[in-house]
Amino acid sequence: MGYLGQIFVMAMTAIFIQNFVLARFLGLCPYLGVSKKLDSALGMGLAVIFVMTLASAFTYLINKYLLIRYDLVYLQTITFILTIAALVQFVEMVIQKNAPALYNSLGVFLPLITTNCAVLGVAILNTTAFRPDGITAYTFLDSVLNGFFSGVGFTVVLLAMAGIRMRLEKAELPKSMQGMPIALILAGIMALAFYGFMGWKI
Amino acid sequence: MKFIKELTKGLIKENPIFVIVLGMCPTLAVTTSVINALGMGFAATFVLICSNAIISLIKDITPSKIRIPVYVVVIAAFVSVVDMVMAAYVPALHKSLGLFIPLIVVNCIILGRAEAFASKNNVIMSIADGLGMGLGFTLSLSLVATIREIIGAGTWLGMRVTPLTYDPALIAILAPGAFITLGLLMALMNMLKEKK
Repeated sequence: MGYLGQIFVMAMTAIFIQNFVLARFLGLCPYLGVSKKLDSALGMGLAVIFVMTLASAFTYLINKYLLIRYDLVYLQTITFILTIAALVQFVEMVIQKNAPALYNSLGVFLPLITTNCAVLGVAILNTTAFRPDGITAYTFLDSVLNGFFSGVGFTVVLLAMAGIRMRLEKAELPKSMQGMPIALILAGIMALAFYGFMGWKI
Repeated sequence: MKFIKELTKGLIKENPIFVIVLGMCPTLAVTTSVINALGMGFAATFVLICSNAIISLIKDITPSKIRIPVYVVVIAAFVSVVDMVMAAYVPALHKSLGLFIPLIVVNCIILGRAEAFASKNNVIMSIADGLGMGLGFTLSLSLVATIREIIGAGTWLGMRVTPLTYDPALIAILAPGAFITLGLLMALMNMLKEKK
């Protein structure tokens, strides 16, 4: 398999087969919290793609050239979370300055990307991941691409969820099922649908 | 008296999972078996107590502008301790919890309690709050895990509890089962609250 083929497999794995939200259970707080409206879901998704790609790049470099070289791998959790926190702060400032409307609609959720476990999750997973051939450890480019594709996977299910929930608002539900319970059951049905991709051989 | 109140509020009245709805990722990911749920619950409780205590001690010298990064570093330090201790003494559990041990850092419950409680109260109360919230978290995790393990594997804490003729519904310990179980449990909680 050529390199492009491997990238394709990585993309399909990150988006469908091992979807971050539905198969790995990462990034559930924004998935359940920001999926009430389609446009804010899109904004959140794009912000997460951006932060995950950047975070993958930075944490890869820090891990390889700082932590491994000086035998400091036990500090991985602390360094990664600080890197991500700084990045998110930066993204927040940029969006606030250049797209105030988007900033207003995302509201409190932008600072929460720091505590979005999908971002820290992809950074940690990248340090131990292998290419689809199972031999080569991730290179810098692989990590960045994996971060990007995982972010895309997150956005895809977030948008699907937002679309369904907007229609669901018109449905008559028992009072105790409204809000979080029905969102969770919906997520369960979506996860069931995504399980269909597991048997997909590429 | 106040100590007892802070200790018990996390169990039911302000239960972190069912009432405040925080920390969903570990709730859904590690509740495939009761032993995993207990391991996760105790690890998070330890981090919660220690970080609450430290944050409450340093609350007067922390500038409010950079308090969040300071809290995150304190929490990350204790998570690294838990991570290394578990890898050394309970390697099997450490392996099955995997990625979710370092991810305790980003568990919203811990940062949430630091910000909402420990940064405003004294050490003793913060420890009580951490212990109560931690136990509430552990209890809820175990509840979800109990349902999933019995339906999905026919066992509880590894012991067989269903008749041999029962064919376990594997779906309950797979990803979709996690969402549906928690969704139904929350609907049940809402129903009980309405009845009151």
